[in-house]
Amino acid sequence: MSPGLFAYLSSGLFLGWSLGANDAANIFGTAVGTRMVRFATAALIASVFVILGAVISGAGASHTLGKLGAINTLPGAFMAALAAALSVYLMTQRGLPVSTSQAIVGGIIGWNLFMGRPTDPAVVSKFAFAWVASPIMAGIMSALLFLFARAVLRRVKIHLLRQDHYTRMGLILVGAFGAYSLGANNIANVMGVFVEVSPFPDLQLGPVVLSSAQQLFLIGGIAIAVGIYTYSERVMLTVGQDIVRLTPVAALVVVLAQSLVLFLFASQSLAAWLVAHHLPALPLVPVSSSQAVVGAVIGLGLITPGERVRWDVVRNIAVGWLLTPTVAALISVVGMFVLQNVFNLPVRP
Amino acid sequence: MKLPSLFGGTRGLEAQIDLYFDKVQEAGLVFGRAMELYLERGVSEGFEELVRRVTEVEEEADDLRREIETQMTTHTLIPELREDVLSLIEQVDEVTNHYEAAVYSFYIQQPVIDAAYRADFAELARMVQQTAEEMVTAARAFFRDLSAVRDHVKKVQFYESEADKITTRVGRQIFESDLDLAQKMHLTSFLDRLDSIADTAEDIGDKLSILTIKRMV
Repeated sequence: MSPGLFAYLSSGLFLGWSLGANDAANIFGTAVGTRMVRFATAALIASVFVILGAVISGAGASHTLGKLGAINTLPGAFMAALAAALSVYLMTQRGLPVSTSQAIVGGIIGWNLFMGRPTDPAVVSKFAFAWVASPIMAGIMSALLFLFARAVLRRVKIHLLRQDHYTRMGLILVGAFGAYSLGANNIANVMGVFVEVSPFPDLQLGPVVLSSAQQLFLIGGIAIAVGIYTYSERVMLTVGQDIVRLTPVAALVVVLAQSLVLFLFASQSLAAWLVAHHLPALPLVPVSSSQAVVGAVIGLGLITPGERVRWDVVRNIAVGWLLTPTVAALISVVGMFVLQNVFNLPVRP
Repeated sequence: MKLPSLFGGTRGLEAQIDLYFDKVQEAGLVFGRAMELYLERGVSEGFEELVRRVTEVEEEADDLRREIETQMTTHTLIPELREDVLSLIEQVDEVTNHYEAAVYSFYIQQPVIDAAYRADFAELARMVQQTAEEMVTAARAFFRDLSAVRDHVKKVQFYESEADKITTRVGRQIFESDLDLAQKMHLTSFLDRLDSIADTAEDIGDKLSILTIKRMV
C-alpha cells in the first residue's frame, strides 16, 4: 500500500480501531467482565471472526451505504470517514451514546450536501427504520430467548455446575457468531465509503479470489482486531462489571439476541431468500451493536418482575440517534470545504 | 488458550458434592442417635461407639471438602459460581464440626441431666438435627432445582425457631429451679451448644436464599 493511499485510508482505520475497542465489549463484555472467558481467549476469537465476517459477508450492508452517497474520490471518502471518527470521539468525550453506523451515515450525507446532491429519502428511511427496529428487535428476541431458556432449564433441572459449563461454552460459541455478525454488519462503517474508490485489483489466493472490496474489508477487519487487542479489555470490564449484573444465562441470551439482529441486518442470503418467497426483507444496513445490546437488556428487564427498566437509557439512545448523524454531517461538510479550499485536494470528481 | 474440558470433570465434581452432603446427613443421623443414647443411659459403650463414628464421618466429610475445594480451584468453572459453592461448603462444614463438638462435650463433661429436663433435651436435639437436615436438602436443591430451595429454607427457619423456643423455655426452667448456679450454668451451656447447630443451619439457609436469587433464571 502506498503511503498516500494509507494516509487516505487512515481515517477509516481509526474508525475501525475505535469500533474494535468499543463494540467487542458488547459481545464479550459480560463473559470477560465476569471472568467466565479470559480476555486472551475472547480477543482471539473476536478478532478472527470479525475479520471473517467482514471479508465473507461485509458486502451487503456496505452496498446499501453506497446507495446513500457514492463517494467517488479518495479525499472525499477520507473526509467522510474522518467526520464519522471525529463525531464518535467528540460524543464519547461528552459521555453521549454514539454509534459508528450513525456517524458514517452523517459523514456521507455531509458529502452529499457539500456536492449539492440530493440524498435519496428512500435510502435514508431504510436506515431510520433499521435504527429504530434493531434495538426493538433485540429486545423482543432476548425476551423470547430468555423465556424459552427458562422454560427448558426449569423442565430439565440440569445440575448447576453443568449448566454453568454449557453457558461458558455457549458464550464462546455465541461470541464467535457475534463477532462474525459485527464484522459482517459494521465493516461497512469502517471501509464502506472507500469501496467506490478502492484502488486494489482482484487478488487470487489459491482457489480464493479476494475482490477489491474484500481486500479493503480485510484491512478494516485487521484495524478492528487491533482495536480489540489494544483497548477493548477495559471496556469489556466496564460492561461486565459496572453497568449490568446479569446471570450467566441472561448474559448468553443478550449476546445471542444482539448477534442475531446484527446478522439479520447483514445477511444477503437471508434477504434474498425472503424476497424469493415474497416476504418483506430487512434492509441490509449497518446498525449499532451498542444499541442492540441495550435493547436486549431492556427486553429482559420488561419480562423480569421487579426489574425497573431504565427509560433514561432509552431516551439517550433516541438522542444519540438524532445527534450523531447531525454532528457527523456538519463536520463532514466543513471538512470537505477545508480539504478542497485549504489543502487543494480533489474532493469533487 | 484453555477451553473448558468436556463434562468429565464436572460430573466427577457433581458426584463429590452429592457425596459430601451424604456425609453431612450421616453425621446428623449419628449425632441424633448418640444424643438419644446419652439421654437414656449417659456415657455407655454404644454412646462411645457413636462418638467415634461422628468423628470418622466428620473426617471423611473434611477429606471430601478439601478434594472438592482443590478440584474447584483448578476446574474451569465460572468463577462467581466457584466462589459461591466454596463458601457454601465451608459453611456447611461448620455444622459437622458442631455435631462432633457437641457429642464430645457430652462425652467429656458428662452433664447430669435431671429426669425433668431429659425429654426437652431430646426434643431440642431432634429439632436441631431436623433444621440441619432441611438445610442439607435446601443445599442439594440449590444445585439441582433452584425453585425448590425456598420451600426447604422455610422449613429450616421453622425448625430453627422451634429450637430457639425450647432453648429459652428450658433455660428459664433450669434457672428457676433449685439447682446450684454451677449446675444451672453447666446445663444451659449444653442447651446453647445444641442450639448453635440450628443457628448455623439457619445462617446457611439465609445464604442459600441469596445465592438462589442470584442464580434464578
